[in-house]
Amino acid sequence: MSVEPRASIVWDYAPAPEATDHLRLADRYGLFIGGQFCEPAEARYVPTINPATEEPIAEIAWAGPRDVERAIEVARDAQPRWAALPDRERGKYLFRIARLIQERARELAVVETLDGGKPLRESRDVDIPLAAAHFFHYAGWADKLRYGVVAREVAPLGVVGQIVPWNFPLLMAAWKLAPALACGNTAILKPAETTPLTALLLAEICQEAELPDGVVSILPGDGTAGAALVRSPGLDKIAFTGSTAVGREIQTELAGRGVGLTLELGGKSANIVFEDAAVDQAVEGIVNGIFFNQGHVCCAGSRLLIQESVLDEVIAKLWARMGRLRVGDPLDKNTDVGAINSAEQLERIETLVAAGEQEGAVRRSIACSLPEHGYWFAPTLFTDVSPAHRIAVEEIFGPVVSVLSFRTQAEAIEKANNSKYGLAAGIWTDKGAKAFEVANALRAGVVWQNTYNHFDPTAAFGGYKESGFGREGGPAGLRPYLRVVR
Amino acid sequence: MERIPVRKTYKLWIGGAFVRSESGRSDVAGDFNIPRGSRKDVREAVAAARKAAGPWAARTAYNRGQILYRAAEALESRRAQLIAVLDDRGAGSAGGLEPAEELDAAVDVLVHYAGWTDKLQPVLGGINPVAAPFLSFSLPEPTGVVGVVAPDQPSLLGLVAEVAPSLAAGNTVVAILSESAPHAGLDLAEVLGVSDIPGGVVNLLSGRRGELAVALGGHRDLNAIVDASGDASLGTELDRLAAETIKRASHHAAALSYDHAVDDALERIVAVTELKTAWHPVGA
Repeated sequence: MSVEPRASIVWDYAPAPEATDHLRLADRYGLFIGGQFCEPAEARYVPTINPATEEPIAEIAWAGPRDVERAIEVARDAQPRWAALPDRERGKYLFRIARLIQERARELAVVETLDGGKPLRESRDVDIPLAAAHFFHYAGWADKLRYGVVAREVAPLGVVGQIVPWNFPLLMAAWKLAPALACGNTAILKPAETTPLTALLLAEICQEAELPDGVVSILPGDGTAGAALVRSPGLDKIAFTGSTAVGREIQTELAGRGVGLTLELGGKSANIVFEDAAVDQAVEGIVNGIFFNQGHVCCAGSRLLIQESVLDEVIAKLWARMGRLRVGDPLDKNTDVGAINSAEQLERIETLVAAGEQEGAVRRSIACSLPEHGYWFAPTLFTDVSPAHRIAVEEIFGPVVSVLSFRTQAEAIEKANNSKYGLAAGIWTDKGAKAFEVANALRAGVVWQNTYNHFDPTAAFGGYKESGFGREGGPAGLRPYLRVVR
Repeated sequence: MERIPVRKTYKLWIGGAFVRSESGRSDVAGDFNIPRGSRKDVREAVAAARKAAGPWAARTAYNRGQILYRAAEALESRRAQLIAVLDDRGAGSAGGLEPAEELDAAVDVLVHYAGWTDKLQPVLGGINPVAAPFLSFSLPEPTGVVGVVAPDQPSLLGLVAEVAPSLAAGNTVVAILSESAPHAGLDLAEVLGVSDIPGGVVNLLSGRRGELAVALGGHRDLNAIVDASGDASLGTELDRLAAETIKRASHHAAALSYDHAVDDALERIVAVTELKTAWHPVGA
């Protein structure tokens, strides 16, 4: 009897889907104003869609200009009482919110994944724990403002409008609300049109925490609601995270009005691999830098700069590693790359990838069976990219990495800085002195050395140049929400 | 027949364990026996604190903050019991503090210092603009094991106000409780014992202050002594003992309110903190 020798070992993971039966989602969510869920003035409800299945999850009230005005009035009314609370008591409300996010972490993670398409592993291990950590960190600042802004007497700005994107819905809400509230402002948060659900669960958490009515209002909606917030004369500050194009419109709109503004916008961040880098570690960092959250990350390492002497080796290893990425059901705990957030975003990615091919770059996309429904894009690598190609210049905001090469350190710095953006950068080298020298020369708000896409509530985040201004995280994150009295 | 109540045996808290004094001595206070700690108990407590110091300092600031916050949660959940204990001590209110006020202030002080753990570094540390191509930065680190001599009154707030800054800064603590009213401090041990504070991070000893404080202050493996006894001659003695191994010594008046315990929070923390400067070449 002869046994056929096995040529190779091929195995697959069994599906490991996270359960959804513990969710307590309502069929319909109203606007959250004055501590209550309420009907929108113009009774407009729009379903929010699971991008992995294209199935509706719940109907969401979209705010119009009248709702925005009402929320501002309520927030204006609540603000003096909120600011007049003893600092430590304001902090205690934020500690409560942090604790409740931790308590409801599993539910929030599953909802974040359902609504936005990101892998459960990321929402469970990154988005939700960091959101809780941000509230916890700023809870502790509420009674320590005199240490955060040293030797100055400070006061809250008043009522702030905050507009957040769809890539990290709850986390961005936490980045915005936690410092604003700690400083004594009241806030109106507009979640993104495709991902309103976790913000609405956060509204429930505000109720559970018995946060005073009107301190936080949450108004889902599209650009109409955002524009109404920006145009309203009733706000003291706007904080916006999103595209540079919209950020520019907001800055233009606010010109001459004396309204505070912080912008956290797009990026085309350079991830620089030197010949003396630990290559395997760098490859993991490159993958994390660009494929984390399907590349829907403003600081994604989308421009990969590799020193010529190791170019072939790094690309070979990167391509091999990409072949092991698991693309598919975001609720599966083994999934690395989930669904593209929306049909609109998928079209943007496809357009830019097509431009890359037309302009002569060499495209490779990994072979993977994509689900029939939903929005998907296979992780993609472009080589032979020239610095003038659109895929080397424009933000793709998808799982697409463009490789450029360099010969010297000076050339790496010049190429890395050759962008209208300046949000983040990565440096891979085992030489510490080189890493710090390059870090000093980069015009970017965040520089990671031998790591990528790390975030912490204590570490300031924000961009240079057209990536925006203002910082979130740490004591620097207090300043945009405070006014120095004297 | 009337039910016979089950009386509590108060114990010292050393290395996460509730133990009688190795000396076998105890004092009677009210209806209870209070263990009278010995010099050997002090030595064992310092050894336990030293063993716990490395792992406690190595935890992330965020984690230490959450643990202190949970200690506040645990204390608040035993509010009624602790208020009764403070009420019972017969010593009356200290500095005009009602028992409920004292308890609430103690909880709030823990919450305040829970928020400090991840603020120390940005507030106390920074990058040094040295005139050479180096990245030079300075950052605070815990000094190690801190001895605390708590005031007689207020027996709970006065203790928490001295212990919390050391814990927030990442130190472990050996504290000598109020001599006249040690009950609340010993009950606090039971509260902290079921919070997330690891064994040995806080060690609480009751007994004769004069005997214990000198043993603690003279211990050669202690890094700092925080004295809130209000006893000037003891303070001088502790300063003298501190000099033998260059301990950091500080003296505070008993904290009589929340504000009193937190207004000089940064100074309290600095007193039990070292500053480390690191240099790294840039470009060379």
